[in-house]
Amino acid sequence: MEYITLTEADQLIPLMIFMIIGSIVALEIKDMLSSVIAMGAVGVGVTISFLILKAPDLAITQLVVEILCLILLVRATIKREMYFPRKHVDYLRIISALVLIFVFLVFSYAALRGLPQFGMPIMKVASEYISRGIRETGATNMVASIILDYRGYDTLIEASILFTAVLGVSVVLRAVGRIRNEKS
Amino acid sequence: MRNPKKGMTLIVKEVTRLTVGLIFLFGIYIMLHGHLTPGGGFAGGVIIALSFIHIVLAYGGDFASRKMNLQTATFLESLGGLMFLLLALLGLIFTGVFFLNLLPHGTPFELKSAGIIPLCNIAICIKVGAGLFLVFILLTTFRPGGDK
Amino acid sequence: MIYFLCLVFFCVGLYGILVKRNLIKIIIGMSILDYSVNLFLVLTGYRMGGRAPIYDKTQEVKNMVDPIPQALVLTAIVIGLAVLALMIAIAVRLYEKYGTYDITEIRKLRG
Repeated sequence: MEYITLTEADQLIPLMIFMIIGSIVALEIKDMLSSVIAMGAVGVGVTISFLILKAPDLAITQLVVEILCLILLVRATIKREMYFPRKHVDYLRIISALVLIFVFLVFSYAALRGLPQFGMPIMKVASEYISRGIRETGATNMVASIILDYRGYDTLIEASILFTAVLGVSVVLRAVGRIRNEKS
Repeated sequence: MRNPKKGMTLIVKEVTRLTVGLIFLFGIYIMLHGHLTPGGGFAGGVIIALSFIHIVLAYGGDFASRKMNLQTATFLESLGGLMFLLLALLGLIFTGVFFLNLLPHGTPFELKSAGIIPLCNIAICIKVGAGLFLVFILLTTFRPGGDK
Repeated sequence: MIYFLCLVFFCVGLYGILVKRNLIKIIIGMSILDYSVNLFLVLTGYRMGGRAPIYDKTQEVKNMVDPIPQALVLTAIVIGLAVLALMIAIAVRLYEKYGTYDITEIRKLRG
């Protein structure tokens, strides 16, 4: 009996169609909890795509980050009243957004001819990193040696971005009752 | 949150008591072997933050604040960031090149190899874990209009 | 063909930001935009018949996929989470002040 083998492109196309349909469902549905769950399904689809594209580091990180995103989104939507009265549908906005998306897709289809074909990248810098990586750093995980040794500045600035985000959250959610209580 | 002070039912509390230690240990494993297997500091930090969030969700905010509260989390986050900066400045002090990998490389496939990379992973893990736990605590204990 | 599907995925997120009236739907649209860009970057680095960029003790690894886009996207995923946390904090604050998530109502009641 012959086994049917699928290339990576064949495995990815149904997954991308599933993600597109899932994201359209997440944006259009009226119930907020179902919308958040559909977003979770899209995130798990991205995780499986990372596994098919041979990137296990990214798959682990994307899965746990997706779980944390779901927790934060449920916090924002639970017990909040979502009643929107049926207003007049703003046709100008929808038509102009669709025209913008159509023009973007047409030009991007022409621009994608310039990329190398899927599956044959030009690895100029990466071949240098791979051939000299284990001798110069001693780490066997190439991705870890790139983010912490060859491109350590990016990780330093990313740590400060996280710090700024936590600072911003704590400033926005400050208790404001003090100043008003002092005035009255 | 329905009532963040009280916590959930008995089954959830018992299962949490059995599994949350294993989740914490798994996060530390992913972080420490970051230079040998996939993972690294970011994934390990998020898993450790998720284990603390698990305790807060299952037992309520009052009980969980005895394990890890707001002041400890802010202290740990600043500590992680400063540790990373200190490791980068060590290269500047000793040799004159910023962020040089100056500890001995060792043999590959060992836990104690690759110079400065495992220590950087530990610093990143502490920073990311404490920061994300802090964000969660701030979002759930937000009371408008008055008390701290 | 796969690149084009990835850009269609990008356009779904863009449509969500431009057209929707609910603030949480706008935030979900921005998150979908983030996922699509990360996926596009990893797609450019794939090599046919390649292996994961990790050395193995028992066998020799000859051709690896490109590890540089993976290193950049690893940072970008965590930054996307931080931006989402800040947006949710602002949205919760807006709800406490105005009582609704509808952006047309929030635009009317100034101050």
